[in-house]
Amino acid sequence: MSLILPLLAAVPLLGAIAAVLAPRAGKGIGLGVAIVLLAALAVLVGGLNTPVVLPLGGWEPPLGIALRVDGLAAAFLGLAAVVMTGVLIAAPYRGAGREAAAFWPLALLLWGALNAIFLSRDLFNLYVGLELLTLAAVALAALSGSAGALAAAIRYMVFALMGSLLFLLGVALTYAAHGALDLAALPGRNPQPTDALAAGLMTAGLLVKTALFPFHAWLAPAHSGAPAPASAMLSALVPKASFYILLRLWFEALPDLGRPGFLWLMGALGTAAILYGGVMALRQARLKLVIAYSTVAQIGYLFLVFPLAGGGGAAQPWAAGAWTGVVFHALAHGLAKAAMFLCAGLWLAAAGNDRIEALRGAARATPMAVFAFALAAISLMGLPPSGGFTAKYLMVTSAFAAGAPYWALGPLLGGLLAAAYLYRPIAAAFAPVEPELRPVPRGQQAVPLALALGAIVLGLASAPPFDLLQIGRPEAAARGVE
Amino acid sequence: MTLAFDLVLCAMIVGAAICAAVAGTIFAAAVFFIVYGIFVSLAWLRLDAFDVALAEAAMGAGLTGILLLRALGRMPASEDRPGPALAPALAGAGLALALGWAFLALPESAGLGPVVRNAAPGAGAENPVTAVLLAFRAWDTLLETIVLLAALLGVWALSRDEAWGLPPGLPQRVRPDGVLAGFGRILPPIGAVVGVYLVWAGTSRPGGAFQGGTVLAAVALLVSMAGLAQAPRVTSGALRLVLVAGPLVFLGMAFIGAVLSLWQPGAAFLALPEAHAKSLILGIELMLTLSIAVTLAALVAGPPEDRA
Amino acid sequence: MNVTVLGLCGALLVGIGVFAFLWQRHLLRRVLAFNVIGSGIFLYLGAAGARGGAADPVPHALIITGIVVALSASALAVALVLAHLHASSATRLPEDEP
Repeated sequence: MSLILPLLAAVPLLGAIAAVLAPRAGKGIGLGVAIVLLAALAVLVGGLNTPVVLPLGGWEPPLGIALRVDGLAAAFLGLAAVVMTGVLIAAPYRGAGREAAAFWPLALLLWGALNAIFLSRDLFNLYVGLELLTLAAVALAALSGSAGALAAAIRYMVFALMGSLLFLLGVALTYAAHGALDLAALPGRNPQPTDALAAGLMTAGLLVKTALFPFHAWLAPAHSGAPAPASAMLSALVPKASFYILLRLWFEALPDLGRPGFLWLMGALGTAAILYGGVMALRQARLKLVIAYSTVAQIGYLFLVFPLAGGGGAAQPWAAGAWTGVVFHALAHGLAKAAMFLCAGLWLAAAGNDRIEALRGAARATPMAVFAFALAAISLMGLPPSGGFTAKYLMVTSAFAAGAPYWALGPLLGGLLAAAYLYRPIAAAFAPVEPELRPVPRGQQAVPLALALGAIVLGLASAPPFDLLQIGRPEAAARGVE
Repeated sequence: MTLAFDLVLCAMIVGAAICAAVAGTIFAAAVFFIVYGIFVSLAWLRLDAFDVALAEAAMGAGLTGILLLRALGRMPASEDRPGPALAPALAGAGLALALGWAFLALPESAGLGPVVRNAAPGAGAENPVTAVLLAFRAWDTLLETIVLLAALLGVWALSRDEAWGLPPGLPQRVRPDGVLAGFGRILPPIGAVVGVYLVWAGTSRPGGAFQGGTVLAAVALLVSMAGLAQAPRVTSGALRLVLVAGPLVFLGMAFIGAVLSLWQPGAAFLALPEAHAKSLILGIELMLTLSIAVTLAALVAGPPEDRA
Repeated sequence: MNVTVLGLCGALLVGIGVFAFLWQRHLLRRVLAFNVIGSGIFLYLGAAGARGGAADPVPHALIITGIVVALSASALAVALVLAHLHASSATRLPEDEP
């Protein structure tokens, strides 16, 4: 393990450096990184029984920084590895031109930032990781260089910078009050009157970065304006990183600060995001915007973890189920959303635009891609036997078990909305007309299909990931945040 | 007496910040911002934070100021109307009040100062700030050099396709007998000596890779602006090697520790062998300085451009 | 006492910066405001670390890292603003145009 964790943290960064030096070999380097990381993760998950901690440089916290892997970290590291592998296989950049020379190192830096965040236990280190993630993501959002993409990237940057500063302010206040940055040191701290302000600032910053309604304005233009492989990373992975920090913060570091009003507010904003994102997705004429607004809605589900698992105790016998369900949702959404954006990229290249009408007859021209899109849609709607279904089943059950059926409203209505907005592209694809699409090689269609199958397998074989998530599951996920 | 000095200093800092925030033209705002940065570095001196004062003056005021002024020079003078002021004013005032209250409500000192000072000599650096940056929190520092690299890749990606492959920034045209060319010949040797000294001194006294790198970046920019040397193309292999050399050596050393840890107790990822820690830290710092200097200079120069 | 003055000064700078960041529409001015907020946070943190008498070196190291990160973000933001200006002749976001 003393080698596995450094491999996970450092290999994407080494790959990015190699891709800076040899831009033409970007794809080969990226695939090499993918092989090493998938192998390292296989070894890690195979041997993970209890959380593993590695103090860097041998310096234990509070002096040094420690990396730590538990079930939650392993699950998100795995999600990043699977999605990034798919994206790197699918990305079409060749040569040493502007876009290729930027894409490969930036994609690997984005991966490195994600892994650094998923492994880190140190608040300031998480800030640096978030900044690396943001700069790589903004640069990828601007990659096409069009006026629309540049405006979207700037808007993204404005929100992201504000979010970073709020988070940093909370981190500064935490260090000033406790002399500690390690998440594990905070539950046993000596409570201070400034704790609520610090937690509020960090949370506000992370909400902006996660694009929870009403901080969502930047997301859809940035995710839809990026080239498709970049969209897949931005939508499937990047918001998960800041949400992951929120989970760690509230369920592990500061569970004692939770208040019913806060939990209720998070649940209400999450429900509002589900409904607003769904309605907006329904009103879009362009496929990439439909998929991007769907992300606004799907992010809403994640925040139901606060009222459903946060109340905890006797009031919520299913709290741990809700916590696990939300993590399942993050994983299933990541796989399905990456598959959808990669499909959208194939159709954009084949049709010349991404209007939904341009998809008419796509089922004949690109059967594998349409199948992939439909499988991903099943998971986003939450139909069995997908990972999205398992997630929603756990959430809805825990809402009823806790006697708070109103928290089931979002998932249930959200599923109907998803069915409505995803029906349009699928119906167009199955229209009985001669398609006006240029042919797409089957190899390219196979990548989104594999990712979408992953979202389904997460539901069919949900026991192993479920068991993985119980390793080192925070006590507060069952006991509640209060 | 010193309290009066601090009060006056704070008044000047706040005054400069307000001027930078509300000045009528952006040019005036940028100039006030540079003045503000210099005042803030004086405040760092008052807090005995010489390392931070150097970093704030060189990077916060200096390079950020140059970045803003250069960008302004490229923009048409446009009408500059802000939005409604009420909600931003309430948000700013509310946050300032909350933070002010929090500062007064903080418990008596809770820092890690004594712990760091005890452990620093064993980490290979007597300057405790350098010990934190390159030993205890080396992972932060490593990621931060990668952040610089990510920003530069992002900046370069913003060039037009037609300009890709040219040197960073605008083509320079300078009169060989002009003031800039004269300064360009005199200042670089002095700057280079100061920059290298800051790195060398950094292990025991204030200074370090970031401060030294900034000074060297300024030298590189001056040399390029004075037309004394042509900046290399963004596709140049040599330039790219210099850009990544620091992070690469840092990561490589870190990794050797991880591999050694398989059979050698005491070795670890990002750990330096205690016997050689001091020289290794100096070596890593010199490589980092080189990469930081070139990255910062390229960041300020901007993406390659083929037209003025 | 002196340290308290500098800490409160940091809090005030954060407030001024947030005001300017939300109020200003010109993108370069928002980059400038971002930097004012950043240096305010750093001053706040540094002053908090200096309350015990001897200065705490950990905040100093964090702040140096923070300054480098802020400079990186500013450089990317300025380059984005200039590229956007070339592509659309605008110095603001589309929704902020008068």
